[in-house]
Amino acid sequence: MRYQRPSTTKEAALLLHDERGSAYVLAGGTDLLVRMKLGHIEPDLLVDIKHIPAMSALSHSAKGTRIGAAVSGAQLGEHTKIAKAWPGVVEAANLIGSDQVQSRCTMVGNLCNASPAADSVPALIAAGAKVAVVGPNGRRTVAVEKIAAGPGRTSLAKGELVEAVILPPRSARSGDAYLRLTPRTEMDIAVVSAGVNLTLERGRIKSARVALGAVAPTALLVPAAARAIIGTRLDDEALERLAAACSAACHPIDDKRGTIEYRTTVAGVLAKRAAKIAFQRAGGA
Amino acid sequence: MGNDPSYTNQQFKVIGSRVKRPDGVDKVTGRAKYGADHNAPGQLVGMFLRSPHAHARILKISTARAEKLRGVKAIITSDDLPDLTNGDEYAREILENCMARGRALYDGHAVAAVAAIDEQTAKQALKLIDVKYEVLPHVTDVDEAMQPDAPVIHPHLFTVGVNPRPTQPSNVYNIAEFGHGDIEAGFAAADVIVEKTYKTEQTHQGYIEPHACVASVNVDGTGELWVTTQGHFGYRTICATLLGMDIAKLKVTSSEIGGGFGGKTHVWIEPIALALSRKANRPVKAVMSREEVFRASGPTASTSIDVKLGATKDGTIIAAYAALRYQGGAFRGSIPGMPWAAIGAMTSFACYNLANVKTVGYDVVVNRPKSAAYRAPSAPMAAFAVESTVDLLAQELRINPLDLRIKNASREGTRASYGPIYGPIGIGPTLEAVKNHPHMRAKLKKNQGRGMACGFWFNFGGQTCSDINIATDGTVTVTVGTVDVGGSRASLSLIAAEELGIPYEHVKAHIADTASLGHNDTTEGSRGTFSSGMAIIFAARQAIEVLRERAAKMWSIPVEDVTWNSGCAVADAKKHKQLKPLSLAEIAAASPRTGGPIAGHNESVPDNAGVSFASHICDVEVDPETGATRILRYTVIQDAGKAIHPTYVEGQMQGAAAQGIGWALNEEYIYGKDGRLQNPGFLDYRIPVCSDLPFLDTQILEIPNPHHPYGIRGVGETSIVPPLAAIGNAISNAVGVRMNHIPMSPPRILKALEAMKGA
Amino acid sequence: MAAVLVSTTINGDATEFSCPANESLLSVLRNRLGLTGAKEGCSTGDCGACSVTLDGRIVCSCLVLGAEVEGREINTIEGMAADSDLHPLQANFIEHAALQCGICTPGFLMAAKALLDRNPDPSETEIRYALAGNLCRCTGYDKIVRAVQATAKQLRQLEKKKSRRKKA
Repeated sequence: MRYQRPSTTKEAALLLHDERGSAYVLAGGTDLLVRMKLGHIEPDLLVDIKHIPAMSALSHSAKGTRIGAAVSGAQLGEHTKIAKAWPGVVEAANLIGSDQVQSRCTMVGNLCNASPAADSVPALIAAGAKVAVVGPNGRRTVAVEKIAAGPGRTSLAKGELVEAVILPPRSARSGDAYLRLTPRTEMDIAVVSAGVNLTLERGRIKSARVALGAVAPTALLVPAAARAIIGTRLDDEALERLAAACSAACHPIDDKRGTIEYRTTVAGVLAKRAAKIAFQRAGGA
Repeated sequence: MGNDPSYTNQQFKVIGSRVKRPDGVDKVTGRAKYGADHNAPGQLVGMFLRSPHAHARILKISTARAEKLRGVKAIITSDDLPDLTNGDEYAREILENCMARGRALYDGHAVAAVAAIDEQTAKQALKLIDVKYEVLPHVTDVDEAMQPDAPVIHPHLFTVGVNPRPTQPSNVYNIAEFGHGDIEAGFAAADVIVEKTYKTEQTHQGYIEPHACVASVNVDGTGELWVTTQGHFGYRTICATLLGMDIAKLKVTSSEIGGGFGGKTHVWIEPIALALSRKANRPVKAVMSREEVFRASGPTASTSIDVKLGATKDGTIIAAYAALRYQGGAFRGSIPGMPWAAIGAMTSFACYNLANVKTVGYDVVVNRPKSAAYRAPSAPMAAFAVESTVDLLAQELRINPLDLRIKNASREGTRASYGPIYGPIGIGPTLEAVKNHPHMRAKLKKNQGRGMACGFWFNFGGQTCSDINIATDGTVTVTVGTVDVGGSRASLSLIAAEELGIPYEHVKAHIADTASLGHNDTTEGSRGTFSSGMAIIFAARQAIEVLRERAAKMWSIPVEDVTWNSGCAVADAKKHKQLKPLSLAEIAAASPRTGGPIAGHNESVPDNAGVSFASHICDVEVDPETGATRILRYTVIQDAGKAIHPTYVEGQMQGAAAQGIGWALNEEYIYGKDGRLQNPGFLDYRIPVCSDLPFLDTQILEIPNPHHPYGIRGVGETSIVPPLAAIGNAISNAVGVRMNHIPMSPPRILKALEAMKGA
Repeated sequence: MAAVLVSTTINGDATEFSCPANESLLSVLRNRLGLTGAKEGCSTGDCGACSVTLDGRIVCSCLVLGAEVEGREINTIEGMAADSDLHPLQANFIEHAALQCGICTPGFLMAAKALLDRNPDPSETEIRYALAGNLCRCTGYDKIVRAVQATAKQLRQLEKKKSRRKKA
């Protein structure tokens, strides 16, 4: 196995593109090294992106937020302005594992590892996040929900990598939240999770996005769930419609972490709770 | 955090003080050496090839390609391991468990092993070994294995305990019965009868340090083994037996141990590491990966248990019955005559004073790894079933569950359900302590509930040796053969200091290797402090005899005129007014001239480690929409006989309770339909993390064990027994569902809640 | 397998080593540099027994490649005690019996120090979540949390004394 440490995104893309064997991006390594250790992959080349300035940059302004792909969960959590504007996104990122993991893990790694249960993804989808993708031939911007193609697979072409997460400018009277169900209080992969992002106008929900994790091969954006609460003050009936829409959208599997029926039921419960928190954060009563 | 000595009248000088442990500095600085921290010059790396099938015939193993790989120095299969067990069936089962002989019996069963110059080469070599399997039908569930159409795993196992002896082999290899009285009459006379069936899934001891050893065998038949173990003498015996080595020629040194809880009382990779070393003629270091630890060391049994209780209206339990079915993996339980279900059947009703009681234990083999003991082995599962049913009975009788237990608790003179008559015991006092504990009066909110349960463990003695050697400056070396798993060196130093009458700081305890001391049984059954402590007391008293003689010599007076008091030889005041006491240090300084080094020694088999009881209180909060359960408050009350070092006794109580909590809520082995273990890692085998638990309050009671000079009882195990039922009872009181399947994970609780709503 | 040559700083000392590109920092520390204080409990980042700090941040060394620490600063348990004295955390772990078998102790000490370095006055909950990445099977965590609380209090008092002296 070879190890390379490029200093620009373009260089990294070329390395990945030109490699005949298997090449992987190394950011935090908290998923990659585990897969290597368990013998699931045997990389020929690792491309370490932690020395690329564009990947390590964090910026936040009225124009929007840009989080470099190599920014760790811990660094993101320490950025008070981003945490204030997008508490759901930051909370979700900070749930990816212990303090040890947080020192290293990245949202982009979490996204590109493409686990159906990845913690950062439902919150990013709910936030309407996009990612800046760089390949040997150029750049493009892709909605987060279009990146994961199935468990362990992304829609990125050979040689493409994500340079940054882009969050839209934060409107006033907006709030987001992310909740997950884990058997222990920490250290677990989510059995089921929900991210809700909404904006209020005159006390009613003007726009919303609802995303679920660990209930399908990829994280799910659930437009029907958003429709269930748009125009309402999040009264009990709206919440029940939200939960029902979420449960209806689920198509999970039975596995060592949860059953189909459990995930389907609890997806609705978590969506309701996340919606209430987001509503409160947006200034709703 | 209380320690109630009101039951004992003994006055001690240093016993019961909270001194600093002698191995602490090495452990906090990273200097302490554990199994994988040792290296031998020229060592090779040993790695194992393991079966991916739950049950398969091994048709052929081709090692040719692996042998040709540069850097591979030895490959071992069962062809390299002749059966030298000479009719000892239990040793033969260990041999077969360490390396499959013709058949792989569980997912993870070792089929070959390799020694190579580095890890990379060893891994590559494993890939080059070709194994042809013929997959056979498998069974991994205890109830399924008892069905008439289940695949029979061992054609040579016939059920023991059935008359007449069966002619067909069976997965049920032992049936054991305990009890007394007439349960038919008892149930007939009962006003209220309650019965229920329970299931508990398999768990693992979960020690953080994987098995590791460095094995070195020389061409002259001598060998050395550095190993993390609870019993280096036991390991020496079995390794020497399996390899055909002379016992005295194999020196086994125990490293510091990173947790064992019973799982390091048996060999797993060690005999094979020695065999690799012998074949390669170089030292071999073998370390299990975490996945291997789960797949191929010794988890505890999974069970299926029926309990039936009958009581009269006034709350007297007049009949108790339990049928317990335990699977211990693909081989029989390691204690001949006392396999896992039999132990469970013995412990089931130990807490209760019963006129009519019967327990039947069914021991079953399945295609899973060979079980090892796990802290009070077999007792937690039985207690879950019994203590849950006691609460159900209390509900039916409309009697407070604590009062029901107090009324029926065993006491001095009770005939235990497993046979003996109890001496003075602590179950009554622990229950009274529960009643008086402030925890019982704390307020509970919605979806919160409180439960309590009690538990029992036998504790063991066993073969023990110890030496006391006094240096010329008066400091003392205490040498024992029981591995220190939890801080016993501190307690043993306290005991030596107490007997000799010197400060704790003048004593240093040390675990000897097998060449330096006689045989010591393994540290298990809570026997470490009890047995080695006993041996040290008698070794110290022997040393005191020598000290008296030397003082007499120094004074030129008869030894009958010398007594030992507070660390000094004291001459009879009437006869020798002018002689001032001689301190131990003064006598030691003179020892080269008075007869040489001063020492004491003891070899014994201390018995009567004293039964130990505990009662726990637990508050939980259950999220009724997700089934997620949080422990809000937990109190452990246990009888320790005499707490030599109260802080370390507390530590044992808390650690055991935490393991019970994990067992109750989240820990389980998950097998697929293919018989493969799906969660061999700490990610999905979920032991409690720091944020899962509150502070664990403890209260130590001291009802002295009449068979020990200080009243010590074993303490390490008992408190893993009550938590499963304490939590089950708390959940029942919180949200009204009676759980009968361990672990009580969120999906199971939510399912039970929904079933209750639907009903 | 391509080897990498790495120059780094460990416990304040300049250190050089060479290792295969896919070797973990944990393996380098234990097998090439003789620093066996960091322990291998799982190799998959689930137990924290291998915890060290990398540029001041607590990490699982089993999830870091040796190759990645070029030019960085690593601190391990072997560097925690200053000169002839123990760090207050180490002393309190012994004092409060926060260890039994001790295998998890180096990892806990590193994680607890990393916590107190960034948060000198943590609540019980903050302590428990900061240490959630370190598994202990012996203690039930009770005495570990108490030892960390006692140390935090002691260190805060020392700070107060120091700043009073400065002002004086």
